[in-house]
Amino acid sequence: MIPLSYYLTLGALLFGVGMFGALTRRNAIAILMAVELMLNAVNVNFIALSRYLPNSTLDGQVFAIFVITVAAAEAAVGLAIVLGLYRNFKTVNVDEINLMKW
Amino acid sequence: MTEVFFFALAVFTVAAALLVVLARNIVHSAVALIFSFCGVAGIYVLLDAEFLAAVQVLIYVGGITILLLFAIMLTTRIASGAEVFNEQVGASAVVAVGTTAILIYASLVGIQISGQAPATRETTSTLGRLLLTTHVLPFEVASVLLLAAMVGAIILARREGE
Repeated sequence: MIPLSYYLTLGALLFGVGMFGALTRRNAIAILMAVELMLNAVNVNFIALSRYLPNSTLDGQVFAIFVITVAAAEAAVGLAIVLGLYRNFKTVNVDEINLMKW
Repeated sequence: MTEVFFFALAVFTVAAALLVVLARNIVHSAVALIFSFCGVAGIYVLLDAEFLAAVQVLIYVGGITILLLFAIMLTTRIASGAEVFNEQVGASAVVAVGTTAILIYASLVGIQISGQAPATRETTSTLGRLLLTTHVLPFEVASVLLLAAMVGAIILARREGE
């Protein structure tokens, strides 16, 4: 049987990878992908804890469903914003979009 | 045997995630993201969450990555050869590694649970019942959120003056 800490470690690793991507990538779409990775890591933790906690109902899985819902909404709105950015600036590199930067 | 599957899936998932973040070509990132999501779906199967594994494949693999690929085709000049990382790579690497180390330490030391809870039978029907009884309010809020996101995405992506 696999200990719970293995799953939590996997979640932490995925979260770290996604965090690095969200902090360093220049392309706005790549940043969205990295955020999706981080949300996935959170879902792994939710489901693992829902499986391993004593006396647990399936509340963790229900929360994972809500996280997936929010991720889908976030992807749709985020990509619409990226399309709008591209139309106005002819680039999707976030460090070139600095109109309001000091 | 389960351990073998777990380690294979974990290595596969993390490697694909690294490829997503590090690939220079954005299309390669999107394809690696598909593999990473499939690996996570396999992890869900190991955790006896079959319904969520199916949802993961349907929504993430079938929906979100296709949406991302559409956005890539519509916006990016693929393989432009430009720098893919900004200038804060070093600091970000330190922050990401530090956060990961803290999270791993916390999950190894802070949570002491030995042994699985007994597996819930009929996960899918139990989930449906929970969604319509205990969690009915967040369920309805989620539907409003999806409607708002849909309307917002249409308005944002529409061209001016149409």
